[in-house]
Amino acid sequence: MSTAVALPVLIPLIAGSLSLVFYKSHAVQRWVGVIGTGALFLATVALLAKTWTDGIQVMEFGSWPAPFGIVLVADLLSATMTLMAGMMGFALAVYSLPSMSRDHEAFGYYPLMHLLLAGVCGAFLTGDIFNLYVWIEVLLVASFALLILGGERGQMEGAVKYVTLNLFSSMMLLVGVGLTYGLTGTLNMADLAVKLPQVEEQGLVTVVGMLFLVSFAIKAAAFPLFFWLPASYHTPPIAVTALFAALLTKVGVYALFRFFSLMFDNDVGYTHELLLWIGGFTMVTGVLGAAAYYEIRRILAFHIISQIGYMIVGLALFTPLALAGGIIYIVHNIIAKTNLFLIGGVIYMLRGSYDLKQIGGLWKTRPMLGVLFLLSALALAGIPPLSGFLGKYVIIRAGIEVESWGIVAAALAVGLMTLYSMVKIWAEAFWKAQPEEHAERAAAFERAIDKKNLTLMMLPVIVLALLPAAIGIGAQPVIEIARVAADQLLDSTAYVEAVLGVTP
Amino acid sequence: MLIAVLSGFILAAASPWLARSVGDRAGWLLAALPAALFVYFLGFLPTVNESGAQVIHYPWIPDLDVNFSFLVDGLSLLFALLISGIGTFIIIYAGGYLHGHPHLPRFYAIMFAFMASMLGLVLSNNLITLFVFWELTSVTSYLLMGFNHEDKNARWCALQGLLVTVAGGLALMAGLIMIGVAAGSFELHEILADDDVLREHPWYVGMLILVLIGSFAKSAQVPLHFWLPNAMVAPTPVSAFLHSATMVKAGVYLLARFNPGLGGTDAWLYTLGIVGALTMFTGSFMALRSTGIKAVLAYTTVMALGTLVMLIGIGTEGAIIAAMAFLLAHALYKASLFMLAGALDHETGTKDILKMGGLRQLMPITFLASCVAALSLAGLPPLFGFIAKELMFEATVGAPGLAFFTTVLAVVSAMMVAGMAAVFAIRPFTGKLKETPKKPHEAPPSMLAGPVVLATLGLLFGLMGFIPASGIVQSAVGAVYGSPIEVELYLWHGINLPLMLSILAIAGGVALFLRWEQVLDFYRERLGFIDRFGAERGYEKWYDGVVWLAEWQTRVLQSGYLRTYLTITVLTTVVLTGWTFFGHTNSAVTLGSMDMHFYEVAIAGVVVVGAIAASVTSSRIGAAATLGMVGFGVAMIYVLFSAPDLGITQIMIETLTVILLVLVLFRLPGFLNLSKPADRVRDAAVAFSLGTLMTVLILAVNGVTVTDPISLQLAEWSYTEAQGRNIVNVILVDFRALDTLGELFVIGLAAVGVYAMIRLRAEDKQR
Repeated sequence: MSTAVALPVLIPLIAGSLSLVFYKSHAVQRWVGVIGTGALFLATVALLAKTWTDGIQVMEFGSWPAPFGIVLVADLLSATMTLMAGMMGFALAVYSLPSMSRDHEAFGYYPLMHLLLAGVCGAFLTGDIFNLYVWIEVLLVASFALLILGGERGQMEGAVKYVTLNLFSSMMLLVGVGLTYGLTGTLNMADLAVKLPQVEEQGLVTVVGMLFLVSFAIKAAAFPLFFWLPASYHTPPIAVTALFAALLTKVGVYALFRFFSLMFDNDVGYTHELLLWIGGFTMVTGVLGAAAYYEIRRILAFHIISQIGYMIVGLALFTPLALAGGIIYIVHNIIAKTNLFLIGGVIYMLRGSYDLKQIGGLWKTRPMLGVLFLLSALALAGIPPLSGFLGKYVIIRAGIEVESWGIVAAALAVGLMTLYSMVKIWAEAFWKAQPEEHAERAAAFERAIDKKNLTLMMLPVIVLALLPAAIGIGAQPVIEIARVAADQLLDSTAYVEAVLGVTP
Repeated sequence: MLIAVLSGFILAAASPWLARSVGDRAGWLLAALPAALFVYFLGFLPTVNESGAQVIHYPWIPDLDVNFSFLVDGLSLLFALLISGIGTFIIIYAGGYLHGHPHLPRFYAIMFAFMASMLGLVLSNNLITLFVFWELTSVTSYLLMGFNHEDKNARWCALQGLLVTVAGGLALMAGLIMIGVAAGSFELHEILADDDVLREHPWYVGMLILVLIGSFAKSAQVPLHFWLPNAMVAPTPVSAFLHSATMVKAGVYLLARFNPGLGGTDAWLYTLGIVGALTMFTGSFMALRSTGIKAVLAYTTVMALGTLVMLIGIGTEGAIIAAMAFLLAHALYKASLFMLAGALDHETGTKDILKMGGLRQLMPITFLASCVAALSLAGLPPLFGFIAKELMFEATVGAPGLAFFTTVLAVVSAMMVAGMAAVFAIRPFTGKLKETPKKPHEAPPSMLAGPVVLATLGLLFGLMGFIPASGIVQSAVGAVYGSPIEVELYLWHGINLPLMLSILAIAGGVALFLRWEQVLDFYRERLGFIDRFGAERGYEKWYDGVVWLAEWQTRVLQSGYLRTYLTITVLTTVVLTGWTFFGHTNSAVTLGSMDMHFYEVAIAGVVVVGAIAASVTSSRIGAAATLGMVGFGVAMIYVLFSAPDLGITQIMIETLTVILLVLVLFRLPGFLNLSKPADRVRDAAVAFSLGTLMTVLILAVNGVTVTDPISLQLAEWSYTEAQGRNIVNVILVDFRALDTLGELFVIGLAAVGVYAMIRLRAEDKQR
């Protein structure tokens, strides 16, 4: 029994409730925003530390023993994902202070943010498949509310697509949960790990697995189910987009990792081959999508998809090294991608546009921002020694070791295309001179900048820009954690033992 | 050693501040680092010459076989000395060339980062670390090439260089990992120690191709040579550095490094031999028609790279000796020539040879140094370039299988290069003084130090061949060849075939020089097709093609229509799940028991009819009402299966929904039917397929009997442990209270969202 597992869920729930109680006071909400997410961050650090030293952590709610009540479980994958949620939540809470509009603050931005985090953390930690559905509902509704906040036409249009497709995903998840219960009579993940292999008709297990695969592939924005993401991610304020980019699709990816290692690994030859194809196509179509656009947020949105592909490939290859690579890639991508969105926000603040054709001249006037952008962008493109290279190296090596040449070639080509997109942003926004026709607006935005606000926005940007370099250079501990996490995924004994208290 | 390699990065971070605080003469101060490194590497020479290679090991990511391990042998030392030595002069030179440039501090920073990457590349013993530095050279050189970044052409060329070298780099990455996996070690000294582990591995051809792609892209081999001349958009100090000792030589370095492990096969011989020879010819052929002073040098660099690749490919003792001598000679004369070209351009304001003339009087030191360096380029005695060229001819004449091909191309290339060397050294300085954009005078000492010293070295090494031979070349040759070879370098080899070829080449060069104007006319009039069909057009076609594909794909996939998205999503679900169902369950799956009571059938019928009616009606009220029918039908089913409280809840929700819907409906605009009948049929089919799938799945799962579902235990505990008689309630508020908590927040969130949506817009209107 460990309360440390519950804190990452409870803290944002409490912070969210507090923010609702002080709905009228923006000052209180801002403080709760920073303190709440800060506490969440600390709690997630503590959780990861505890999981690393003491092994898998379990909390049984209401003291009902598994599999009868609901359990929260933190293995290393869950703890790592939660840590990322905590870190991103904190960074974004700080970034929101100067960048979020009054209107958004007045209409519940902070409570929505906290509850979104609660949903995300709940999804990462729960050890019960129906409970997972509940947390996904929480984060879906919270994200939908955040998406429409502001009520602009473009937002509405994007939000309708977002919610329709995501509801379909939830529906498939619910059907899958129901059918799984019908097959096994249990909802607890560890219990399922024991009981699913005992189902006589194993083919049906694979079929039900397909429903989960579709559901989570939609959430993860995998090919060919990613439409909701590019349709909606460029519409809300940049801090909201960054929050989504950091965490929403990762819930889908996490669930895929969890379901297709712990529970639905009965027919790896089929399911994971399928995942490999999905991953490959996701990488390629995503990166091509990015190449087609000249708007920073749209480019980055498509890159989310592309890199989801890498993560899925890590799962699909299903070797210890590949899974470790997938996990490293998730961590790296959350940091680098979020920061690129944040930098995008800073660029907007300086130039008044996200359109690469309308902005320029930043390298001349803001070399510091340029360096920070390069650190994040090159990390994303997998340039060594930054974190992206680490993930790419591990996954490609895993692919080579099992002689999966097609996916190795795709991953390498996608790396080049990613670099192309990043360099496109660099060459246009930073190198190119500010285009004359939009110089006036740019100048007006430069004049309107409040130095203190800019500094506050730059704080998380700086930290998140240095992290990929730190991870890449100090990679040894990271890879150690990722390897143990991968082993926990491949061999479910420890997980089952921790939850059910018996050796399977 | 680690500090030595990484010190460049540290200085890179510090140099902007340093440069700013020191001011004008910062170049001289900053050059102290590469100078110190040069001395440091010199210190390794005696031990390496005597007792062979040294490996210095620092762990980095041992779990992934990635380490900071360095291999210090003749080859890596030769490169390290060139990089740090020439680097010293380049930094000094840059201080003069970019004097007063506002971004000079940044320039130093990138330059040092590049230099450090280059050092790391040539010294790395670990394959992955080598690749890390390899990529860093690509990225830093991109930043250097695009230094004049407000110029569109500079950005385009920098991008081109980056894409070509990184594309090659990615192939190389795969190749290196394959080598590491195949050899069971990622440390070069272990891989190369085991002679045949790579050559006899089934992946041999694969890794060879990948490594070659990487090397050829970096070292500008045909047909990937086009990026190199374009890289001339960089400031001249960069060109001088990139093309003499560094960047482009990285590919050559890699080939030389892997020669003991991958070389010695027919595939190696013919690929390198032919590609190298063709590159050598192409480079000199293109140099001959160039009038831009840097373009001439860039194309002769292509020539030199081709020569080196060809020699490594030939792989005989003589060829390897020739390769190392040629490498050293080229580095010396090319660095000086580039710096001199920069001096000319800097002082006259033009890069066009045809626009310069008569500068001999005004720039005497430049003239003298140009003559010496150009003589080495042309391969005339007593310069070191002559020794190198003699050795090359010797190697091609003795090349197994390719002797005729390589020798002919080598002689023709040598003619053209000799001609261009003469053009470079003579045209700008002789004849009448021409009007140039700037008033010319001698370049400052910072810009002359490098060329003078390096050109002098070229002369010295020629006269006293034993200095380079025993100093470094012998060790380098040993490292490349895989076993020690005695090396002696001297000018006079006696009257033999190579000497004859040399004389022929020089004679041809003189002829070409004298008739250069006609040659240029010939190129212009007859050979225009080169530009239309050259390799660069191929690159552009690729580039445009990928952009087109990206736009096409995105238009098709991300069409913007929700109905398309939904159709694809549903169909994906149906196909994936359905396919799996038919493929993975045997036909004996019992589709559950189908015996139903008639009232169950009746209720099901009501639900089905309601659903169909709701989807075909064009009346909104009708749709709301029929949906209500569906809802109440479901409620009835709950009741039938003894869940009365669920039934009650469902009825309340349905009632509320219908009422709310009806209230809202009156505020909506009129109903329009925009879809064609065919679309509706298609949509109906999609919907029907999903419904069928769900039905089949539920029936199939229903056929599976579960012995002990958790509900049994819950029912047992409900009263005894949880003190509740209504098991549904107990599940909701006790067993699964966390679900309920979550759902409560869902409702709260929805309320916040709806409130915000309504109020935020209302307030907009008020303003």
